[in-house]
Amino acid sequence: MTQSNSALLSVKNLSTSFHVGGQKLRAVDEVSFDLAAGEVLGIVGESGSGKSITLRSIMGLARRYGEVTGEVMWQGENLVTKPEAQMRKIRGKDIAMIFQEPMSSLNPLLTVGVQIKENLVAHTELDKKARHLRAIELLDLVGIPDALRRLNDYPHQFSGGMRQRVMIAIALASSPKLLLADEPTTALDVTIQNQILKLILDLSHELGMSVILVTHDLGVAAQTCDRLAVMYGGKLVEKGSTRDVLRNPLHRYTMGLLQSVPENVEPRTPLFSLPGTPPSLMNLPKGCAFAPRCAHAVDACVETKPPLEGTQHQVACFNPTQPPVGAGGQS
Amino acid sequence: MSTISYFFSRLLQIIPTFLIVMVIIFLLVRALPGDPAIAMADAKATTEQLEQIRQRLGLDQPLWMQFGIFVKNVFTGNLGDSILMKAPVTQVILERLPASGFLTLYAVLFSLLIAGPLAFVAALNRNTWLDTSIRTAFQVGLSTPVFYIGLLLLTFLAAQLRWFPVGGYGTTFLEHMYHLLLPALTVALYTSAIIMRNLRSSVIEVVDAEYVQFARAKGLPERIILGRHVLRNALISTVTLLGLSIGNLMSGTLVTETVFAVPGVGRLMLDAIFARDYPLIQGLTLTFAVLVSIIFLLTDLIQAWLDPRLRVA
Amino acid sequence: MVKKLFFRLPRKSHMVALKRPSFLLGLFILISSISLALFPDLFAPYDPNVFDYTAIKQPPSALHWFGTDNLGRDTFSRVIWAYSVNMQMALFATIFCLAIGIFVGALVGYYGGVADMIFGRCVDAIITFPFLVLVIAVVAVLGPGLTNMYIAITLVGWVYYARLMRAEIMGQLGNDYAAAGKVMGYSDRRIIFRHLLPNAITPVIVYWMTDMALAILLGSSLGYLGLGAQPPQAEWGVLIAEGRNFITTAWWLSLMPGIAIVLTGLGFSLVGDGITDLMRPRG
Repeated sequence: MTQSNSALLSVKNLSTSFHVGGQKLRAVDEVSFDLAAGEVLGIVGESGSGKSITLRSIMGLARRYGEVTGEVMWQGENLVTKPEAQMRKIRGKDIAMIFQEPMSSLNPLLTVGVQIKENLVAHTELDKKARHLRAIELLDLVGIPDALRRLNDYPHQFSGGMRQRVMIAIALASSPKLLLADEPTTALDVTIQNQILKLILDLSHELGMSVILVTHDLGVAAQTCDRLAVMYGGKLVEKGSTRDVLRNPLHRYTMGLLQSVPENVEPRTPLFSLPGTPPSLMNLPKGCAFAPRCAHAVDACVETKPPLEGTQHQVACFNPTQPPVGAGGQS
Repeated sequence: MSTISYFFSRLLQIIPTFLIVMVIIFLLVRALPGDPAIAMADAKATTEQLEQIRQRLGLDQPLWMQFGIFVKNVFTGNLGDSILMKAPVTQVILERLPASGFLTLYAVLFSLLIAGPLAFVAALNRNTWLDTSIRTAFQVGLSTPVFYIGLLLLTFLAAQLRWFPVGGYGTTFLEHMYHLLLPALTVALYTSAIIMRNLRSSVIEVVDAEYVQFARAKGLPERIILGRHVLRNALISTVTLLGLSIGNLMSGTLVTETVFAVPGVGRLMLDAIFARDYPLIQGLTLTFAVLVSIIFLLTDLIQAWLDPRLRVA
Repeated sequence: MVKKLFFRLPRKSHMVALKRPSFLLGLFILISSISLALFPDLFAPYDPNVFDYTAIKQPPSALHWFGTDNLGRDTFSRVIWAYSVNMQMALFATIFCLAIGIFVGALVGYYGGVADMIFGRCVDAIITFPFLVLVIAVVAVLGPGLTNMYIAITLVGWVYYARLMRAEIMGQLGNDYAAAGKVMGYSDRRIIFRHLLPNAITPVIVYWMTDMALAILLGSSLGYLGLGAQPPQAEWGVLIAEGRNFITTAWWLSLMPGIAIVLTGLGFSLVGDGITDLMRPRG
């Protein structure tokens, strides 16, 4: 299942757990995937499925709060075990991240200019004047009009969409090779959502930057990503090219997600919705996390966790919609 | 909106509030059982003198006229004469204000020095033994009345060990610092317990805020994250808390002044009450209200200065 | 709280708050204090008011745990007898505030309009005075003494309860069930007291718990200042004030009653914290 060594980022068996009141909660469970240079990978799942924590674990932000194990290979080094001081040189420089809530993720007390420039101070050799010019250039790049004047504005003086652009500008400040986008459009209006997604895609192409886009919105993922990974209960349950996953979903959960998207259906057909609710991390089932909601669960689903199998299009399911290509042995 | 116009808009909001403050003070003295003239005069006053006082106070006028006279007097700084001190109330209060002002500022300084760092230490090490012991200490502080803290310090540090004077105010700045050290510490120990309790949770909120996570995701040094992103935001809650605690602070100062015999307005208030010196009580109550209003206003201004979001509203 | 940035923590049972050692300690202190307040004669070794000129200003000993005062009265017994006065402060200095505050706050919050505006200004005005200053000014007008002290505290203190109650009621008004009640044609009285109040009252009750601790501190402070309970009644503040004159020769007179204040205050606030946690709304 390992892909070529040309991968920009290679995540292997990444797990993140938190201790809450004597209990250990496993929010990310043995997640593995590769990302090629310039590729856009989507991680799709409901809230609480562990996708945001996966991103924060890659960034080394989660380990302040919990226990992170496994491998995040980046340019020959494992970021999981890398000391904080060295992580700081990679964070914001090679790997940048944008957050879900542009309102609460920008410091309300500092001008946008200061918040862009502090990134340049940390990661570049630019002098004060050059930083100023670069900051203007960045705001221009993300499509904020009147960049020079707006540098002195505070976050609350921007609209939601503009704030998200500011956040992208900050993330791009030191030309990262990888952008981790955590639900970048969820807090925005639909029209603005499309603008921001297009912006991220365009920038990815122009700058040759890889992107991991975390979203709960299959529509967003479909129009943006080269490959998709579907996450449920802290585990990856299906992984493949966007085309394969959407045209030919193997996992019952993916199937359910697709059916609940009200697109391309006859008017007045009742909308499908997955029965039940996502599992609480406090008491994940012993077997497949989706089994309690799954109409096609077999006995094995309750007892053991299905492994991710297949080559190009992988699925973790004992009773998939159809057997994955290259799956060994099973019916 | 600029800070200056914000200031004036806040000032305008205070006017109706202050009118009610004056009504309360006015009614307080008028609610006295018996004749205010008798209450305000010497015990040995003659009938003529009483009549004079009545006329001077406008007691022969209807109530609303009396209130008008009171308001006029307040704005012209004429608060009558103190029976106890045999001098104009305004003058008596102005003489006593510096000591109280000094003590209050001194106490604020101590409160910040005590509560600030400890709140940070507790918040950054939350749910460890360190956090628990700091919180326990302050819980005990919250349960200890100010006069008792004062008495403990007075007994052991001043009376027994003789490190500090047992009272007074001194004449030079350094003497003030020396004389008021224990009183200020007394007030601060109580006030810092109040502040600390809330500041700890504010700091925790700020430390976990998304913008701090984002700052960390930018790869900024921890020094900048704490100094620029955490501290500034936590400072706003500190200022807010200090502003809100000003009533507690002044109450604490009042009690402390009596414990340590500091010649301030708090001690004067109690002297006035036992002497039933109503003009002085009236004047002092008003003074306290004015001071609190000024502090509230100042708090708003500092907040607006620290927080750009407030300047717009 | 710790991981709220990642996901909403699953809630543990509320009852956990009640099993914490700090809460249990608080409960223990509180129950002991109430017992002492109800049956001081069972616990006090001496009559608190009997002079004993053979035992004047004796330091703490096996015979007199907290020493004796300048008239030979046993300080320990006086501290015990003071429990009934000081514990009653927690109740009488708050219960009327609570009742008036709930009533006014609920009405003002429900009807809004001019009444609310006037109320708002009055609240602003009253919080412009330091609490203690206004209370002692009112005591000055009424005259010192326990009853007058309760009246003074109630006159000033209800505002804080009413302010909280008003805010909570207004918060509840936004909910659909409040509108539903109106549509159903229920009387205002029924909507306010049967529907809104039960949902809005929790924070007020929590505040009441913490305020009881403050009431003991306030009451003993006023006693110390000579404005609350009057000597020769045994009350902690009064005892401390009486001992002040002998602070260099008989330190125990002032210091011992203070321990009772701190302990009782701690008991109230520990229990208050536990109940706050217990009642903290979900989410």
